[in-house]
Amino acid sequence: MTKYILKRIGLMIVTLWVVATLTFVLINSIPGDPIMSKARVLPEATIKVIREKYKLDQPMYIRYGDYIKNLVTGNMGESIIYPGKSVNDIIKAEFPVTARLGLQAITFGLAIGLFLGIVAGLKRNSWIDYLVILIAILGVSIPSFVMALLLQFGFGGKYGLPTVGWGSRTYFFTAFKYTLLPSLALSFASIANFARFTKSSILDVVNQDYILTAKAKGVSQIPLTLKHILRNALVPVLSVLGPRIAGVLMGSIVIEQIFAVPGIGRELVNSISNRDYTVIMSLTVFFALIYIVAQLLVDIAYVIVDPKIKLTDSKE
Amino acid sequence: MLLDKNKFELIGTIDAEAEKINRPAITYWQDAWRRLKKNPVAMLSLGFLILVILSCVFGPYIVPHKYDTQDYNLLDKSPFGNYWFGTDNVGRDLFARVLIGGRVSLIIGFVGTAVELVFGCIYGGISGYFGGKIDTVLMRIVEVMATIPYLIIVILLLIVLPAGMGTLILALVITGWTSIARLIRGQVMQLKSSEYVMAAKALGASPSRIILKHLIPNTIGVIIVYMSMDIPAYIFDEAFLSFLGLGIQPPNTSWGALVFAGQGVMTNHPHELIFPAVAISLTILAFNLLGDGLRDALDPKLRQ
Repeated sequence: MTKYILKRIGLMIVTLWVVATLTFVLINSIPGDPIMSKARVLPEATIKVIREKYKLDQPMYIRYGDYIKNLVTGNMGESIIYPGKSVNDIIKAEFPVTARLGLQAITFGLAIGLFLGIVAGLKRNSWIDYLVILIAILGVSIPSFVMALLLQFGFGGKYGLPTVGWGSRTYFFTAFKYTLLPSLALSFASIANFARFTKSSILDVVNQDYILTAKAKGVSQIPLTLKHILRNALVPVLSVLGPRIAGVLMGSIVIEQIFAVPGIGRELVNSISNRDYTVIMSLTVFFALIYIVAQLLVDIAYVIVDPKIKLTDSKE
Repeated sequence: MLLDKNKFELIGTIDAEAEKINRPAITYWQDAWRRLKKNPVAMLSLGFLILVILSCVFGPYIVPHKYDTQDYNLLDKSPFGNYWFGTDNVGRDLFARVLIGGRVSLIIGFVGTAVELVFGCIYGGISGYFGGKIDTVLMRIVEVMATIPYLIIVILLLIVLPAGMGTLILALVITGWTSIARLIRGQVMQLKSSEYVMAAKALGASPSRIILKHLIPNTIGVIIVYMSMDIPAYIFDEAFLSFLGLGIQPPNTSWGALVFAGQGVMTNHPHELIFPAVAISLTILAFNLLGDGLRDALDPKLRQ
């Protein structure tokens, strides 16, 4: 177990290093440098000072070394477009918004998806079963931004639900009405995924011999469902959670844009359109960090919960 | 219970006909096609996709209005006359634009998947066939690639490289090949101990010949199923990126870019959002349903 976790953490560090390096190389391969493209009208001396400040006069390998050193110590650098605004502050202020949205979307996805999946699996060919089939197909066919626009179009401004905005300066805690539509739009694919996966997992378990044995021994319906079916069927569902967290994280980039939610997804899009290279670089690495840590936690949880996985040297 | 021997009659066999084959032998593909034909949902999706592809390829030459002709007397009109989908904010025919946009989206879907497939087959084939150290190294690389949030890398590439369809395909392929490589590797590992591989080896076939001529063709069913699920993923991602303004640049367009354009005016002119959104959703839906059908037809083992 410890060996597995250490191996995964090692892999995680390698991945982060690859992302950081890739980001650095890509951003630095843009012809010209970010200052020159923004500041053509400044006097020569000023440009020199600015270039020195951002160390753009140094050779590439020194800048790379500084960049990696800063990342390791947790210093994400400073915006080029808004001097004095550090990326650490941006993340501190805006990540809670994205986290709130993401957690709520995952919660919706799990709650609704599991409920639909369980009912559909236990009651085949009921209307809920057909509903799950329908949702599962729509969930993989409708892009999340189309879903978001539909929700915004259908419900925004009605029933006391605002069309856009967040309505709070404390960010993580805000009125539920602001978060409902974006997190629903974000959770739609998750609902479909969880429902579909839970249903097929339950169908697998129901046909196992031990369920027949339990029935033969006279276990009544409710304990049978709770202890024998659900316990075994819900473990594999955990394996969908990792990819779903990733999906929600990526989805938040466009959902935050549509609903004007002040999270880091929108910040990333803004920094891209402003060509604010330090912010782009740091946010990319931060996104990768969140993504990879989430995957790691889910995988570790999966190993702990599922006794069937043996951690010998895995060779397919 | 007593059985009376008289109740049974010996009918015997005709030796000459014992080996006779009553029905013509059918190939794998005929069998798959026969099974697919029995699936109305998959056939309907196939028909719909053929219709979409044909209209995107030939439609723009036939429709009465060109996709980039602007008519300032007809701004933001709802569908009327021979403007089947209405017009957009500078008076261009939305139907023609949806067809042209579909062309771009479909090309990205097909070309992206094809490129990824070639690379993934070679990579996965080598990894699975040779095994051992080579496999370990190649799979470590895949593992690292697969844990990178790929859309972020795509976004970065799109910032750095000149915008356009080629860049979009390149960026999506660079990050998208890992799962097909893994799939092929698994298949090759299963197949490489087959007798026909041993026979080929004994006859002196080189590894590249064995991988390309013997192993890959035998995984073709799995590959086709994977492709039918992956093409919509590419269309999805293209739409996502164009929606962020990173994909296809005007005056060219794609379904994602059209949805993005329609978003701004959706309260007053919902048709400009609805038509491209429906086009994306229906096409992806059809690909997914066809993919399900193909999986049932080509790979009975996977059938649920």
